[in-house]
Amino acid sequence: MAKIQIDGTFYEVKSEKNLLDNCLALGFDIPYFCFHPAMGSIGACRLCAVKKFANADDKRGRIVMSCMEPVVEGMIISTDDPDVKAFRESILEGLMANHPHDCPVCDEGGECHLQDMTVMTGHNYRRYTFKKRTHNNQYLGPYIKHEMNRCIQCYRCVRFYRNYAGGKDLNVFGSGNRVYFGRQQDGALESEFSGNLVEVCPTGVFTDKIFNKHYARKWDLAHTPSVCQQCSLGCNIIVSERYGMIRRVMNRYNGSVNGYFICDRGRFGHEFINSPDRIKKVHLRASKASELLEVDESCTLSDFMGKKVIGIGSPGASLESNFALLNLVGKENFSHGISEAEHKLTNQSIRLLQSRKVYSPSLKEIEKSDAILVLGEDIAKTAPMMALAVRQAARSESIKLGEKLGIPEWNDYAVRELDQNHQGPDFIVTPSATKIHELVEMAGQAFAKAENPLIITGISGGNEDILDACSTIADALKKQGKKLSVSIVFPECNSVGLALLDGLTLEETEERIDGRQKAEEKIDTVIILENDLYKRASKERIDAMLKKCRQVIVIDHLMNETARQADVLLPAAAFAESAGTVVNNEGRAQRFYSAVPLTGQLKPGWSWCNDQWENLDQVVNALVDAYPVFSAIKNQMPDADFRCSNEKIARQTMRSSGRTAMNANISVSEPKPPQDNDSPLAFSMEGYKGSPPSGLIPYYWSSGWNSVQATNKYLDEPDGHVRNGGDPGVRLFDDIDKE
Amino acid sequence: METPLTQHIQPGRGPLSLKEFENAGGFKGLHKALREMKPADVIFTVKGSNLMGRGGAGFPTGVKWGLVPQEAAGSGMKYLIANADEMEPGTFKDRYLLEGNPHQLIAGMIIAAYAIQAQKAYIFIRWAYKKAEAILRKAIAEAYEAGYLGENILGTGFNLDLYVHSSAGRYICGEESALINSLEGKRGIPRAKPPFPATSGLFGQPSVVNNVETLSWISHIIENGPQWFLDLSATGEGGTKLYGVSGRVKNPGLWELPMGTTVREIIEGYAGGMQDGYKLRGIIPGGASTDFLVESHLDIPMDYASVRSAGSRLGTGTMIILDDKTCPVKFVHNLIKFFADESCGWCTPCREGLPWAQKILESFEQGTAQPEDIGILEHLTRYMGPGNTFCAHAPGAMEPLQSGLKYFRDDFDRHINEKRCPWR
Repeated sequence: MAKIQIDGTFYEVKSEKNLLDNCLALGFDIPYFCFHPAMGSIGACRLCAVKKFANADDKRGRIVMSCMEPVVEGMIISTDDPDVKAFRESILEGLMANHPHDCPVCDEGGECHLQDMTVMTGHNYRRYTFKKRTHNNQYLGPYIKHEMNRCIQCYRCVRFYRNYAGGKDLNVFGSGNRVYFGRQQDGALESEFSGNLVEVCPTGVFTDKIFNKHYARKWDLAHTPSVCQQCSLGCNIIVSERYGMIRRVMNRYNGSVNGYFICDRGRFGHEFINSPDRIKKVHLRASKASELLEVDESCTLSDFMGKKVIGIGSPGASLESNFALLNLVGKENFSHGISEAEHKLTNQSIRLLQSRKVYSPSLKEIEKSDAILVLGEDIAKTAPMMALAVRQAARSESIKLGEKLGIPEWNDYAVRELDQNHQGPDFIVTPSATKIHELVEMAGQAFAKAENPLIITGISGGNEDILDACSTIADALKKQGKKLSVSIVFPECNSVGLALLDGLTLEETEERIDGRQKAEEKIDTVIILENDLYKRASKERIDAMLKKCRQVIVIDHLMNETARQADVLLPAAAFAESAGTVVNNEGRAQRFYSAVPLTGQLKPGWSWCNDQWENLDQVVNALVDAYPVFSAIKNQMPDADFRCSNEKIARQTMRSSGRTAMNANISVSEPKPPQDNDSPLAFSMEGYKGSPPSGLIPYYWSSGWNSVQATNKYLDEPDGHVRNGGDPGVRLFDDIDKE
Repeated sequence: METPLTQHIQPGRGPLSLKEFENAGGFKGLHKALREMKPADVIFTVKGSNLMGRGGAGFPTGVKWGLVPQEAAGSGMKYLIANADEMEPGTFKDRYLLEGNPHQLIAGMIIAAYAIQAQKAYIFIRWAYKKAEAILRKAIAEAYEAGYLGENILGTGFNLDLYVHSSAGRYICGEESALINSLEGKRGIPRAKPPFPATSGLFGQPSVVNNVETLSWISHIIENGPQWFLDLSATGEGGTKLYGVSGRVKNPGLWELPMGTTVREIIEGYAGGMQDGYKLRGIIPGGASTDFLVESHLDIPMDYASVRSAGSRLGTGTMIILDDKTCPVKFVHNLIKFFADESCGWCTPCREGLPWAQKILESFEQGTAQPEDIGILEHLTRYMGPGNTFCAHAPGAMEPLQSGLKYFRDDFDRHINEKRCPWR
């Protein structure tokens, strides 16, 4: 810590952070472009200038770039000196010299950091009277649109893509005012993190092509906090809707999980919600021989219940939906719908994580590990954001070396030049764990030197021996007074949550349906919840199993092979259309909310399974009564009755002119906004707009900050933790540890 | 008058071979340093001579060496780099030394490498200096052959490998940290300082980058001692200096003269004064990136301190003369165009400001400049001033422009008022 004087007031600031970072944490509106809290400083854009005074007698001072300035005890700076303000304005004047005035047709418009910075610095009138520099644009694949003329050369794109995320096919070319950011030739971007360019770029050079297909301005969208369901990491996302249609997914900051970034699967994988293959209506089959047909009449699941029912849940469905099904059919008749092998390994993994022996780290903690052993899991595919965290962890040794030589971590290029892309020597990756003993020995040596050793493995590529080995290593490290972190990648978004409920394996389920039991125990109905069984076992096995049931009821959102076998097919709300809780790989339970009001026959899975429960809170109450392991969810997540200043939290941004006339061609009366009984969020522009509890932030906005850079206003410090409740989610395994 | 640097250079005749150089006593300093002195003594001697970097910035060479961590070689790599990327407009002094006496540079580099205990050294040479490159390669081969390079030099156990790296031809690579990036095969952009190369330089290791003329001095200073060096100069700054004059003088050229010889002596004495029919209007004293001097400055000594007090910089010491029949605006425009082309594009003021200044100066020449353009140019000189940019490229570029606006303001105004270039 250091005590410094900013604009005449003394502040305690963090010595390990640069001046800009500290000023932003204190809430000063210092404009910047090239700085990024997760990527540090490079001093290129020169926008974050402040005045530094040599001592109290120095009245002239000199301009320094706050992003490149270490904080020193007693330093005196001014953030609003007239020279500084004039200089910042002239930086914008320079950048705007070549920037096209195409904001009205630019997808970034209204949430553009360049627009914000232009307004913030007060640059108004153009003095540059010559022709603008122009570039050709490139085809960068189906997800990212390229518009190079808008570029202001902040170098953030290449720094994220190459330095931070390890991509190779995007680079900077040329020099002077002809520098060009793109690929060597047209072609799809290869990095699985390319979508982050949309948020990293301070203007509209890289924009979201999927969003562009059904574009809307930020201020016309309704935003909802959600959790990505594409893998077991549970990255936080914001889902945005307009006119009842999901338009885009953006990153939602969680300082313990995904930070500022998400992978492309998370960002672009939501389009299935708008798919023509969606099941939107109840489908019935009159007899086994007849076709599955849509019906218009409303119905409930109880209309079709048999005498002996088995329910198959899913690791891809929410805790609430799985529990509602379990509750309906009874513990002994509930199946997890996963193979015996996966079931066994998942349970063993969870027992290990729940034990006091090892620590289950968050993604952020993975970034801080200094020796990592990856065993048998291709994390780049099964958990991309974990691979990104490992990439940052691999630099820990270089960062330590830099600190020794007086080069702070935030001086990004200086550290990278020092390390020459060196990665920690104790960093071992293996695609398959065939020689576990050898590796354990190597890891033992590497871990002996490490402060935060970590083993990463997973269900898809791991095995029991690896888990046993983790135990052995943990015991060995314990003798040295160190705790081993173990991070396990699970196959699906709620594998962990489901495993904490009772349930049968798929094989056991087949056996139960097999019909070798007494006649009165014979299963006559199977209910399959959001689970395409044909992806879990061979067609022959599933065909045989389903054939033996008198009635197959499927609750799902997409027409898949299992849905096609249904006698009763009930339309389920997809994750973006319903609220629920999922538990990620570290044991963190996180709540997602409905981003779009439900219409027609669509209902959340839990609602199909129990029509007595009126909202999500009632499901959670019943869940917690039956499974106290989840009590933290009830205790720590705001329920639907929660209010901020007596108001629900508005999903839409501040009221702006014209929005209430959006449907004026249909009707001039403004309809009552749809109700959301499952959350304290309102489908409206009316409501609380301040800083809501951390898990309920629908969008980032602050006066003068319309772009995603406003994220920092919701954090205790840039790259820190979310204010007002801490990083979203509750860690269930920590609680067990305490018991 | 002693001319140690150029004593063996005879125009028209090739450089001395290693044997000839040896016979002329060229390696005496090297033998003395490696055999009789500890690395720290070498640095102490060079510090004592007050040798200031001849690339233009004038940073004391011994101090620079002293910043390199002292632990013995073997604990990690250290590098010495000779900056032979001479691209400053109007400057050709290093070329003269490279082509004229390569062994003098090599001997200096071996001593310098010994002083900082570097195991590898590079000569980063301007792409266009093909002849000098060929001469250097031949000289290095001779030095390896004679045991001055390679392992166990002169039986002292000191090892040094010396490589020539031909630059890709960017002006910015003459800036030491951009040079290092370029040498590593990266984009030629300057690095943030701190850390300085002495802490983290080439390949992240402690490194020293010195100018060719600076390194050529080393063996002389070691051989003859710091006092001898200090006594060579006309002022207190030590040594002789290669001074050059180009422009419409009777006898343009390059001379080795005592440091601190006056501008008048150089122009009128050695360059023979202005050609008949031409009058002197301005002098760019040390390459294109220095402020104009004018007639009233003729009697200032050409050393670092005196030129600085006259509002300019000694720079490379190779001056360009502006005469009365050349348009000062065109003169400045030509320089600014060069600097705009050579901007690396890293920081905003330089990348956006230089092309803007270039376009405005072009409009002056085309007769389309507006009265407010003077104000914009003045603004740009402050905008691209020291501290506002990432490196010294744009502030250097602004020096001829800001002093041009100061000394030749009437000429700028005439372009606006007459809506044409009066020199056309």
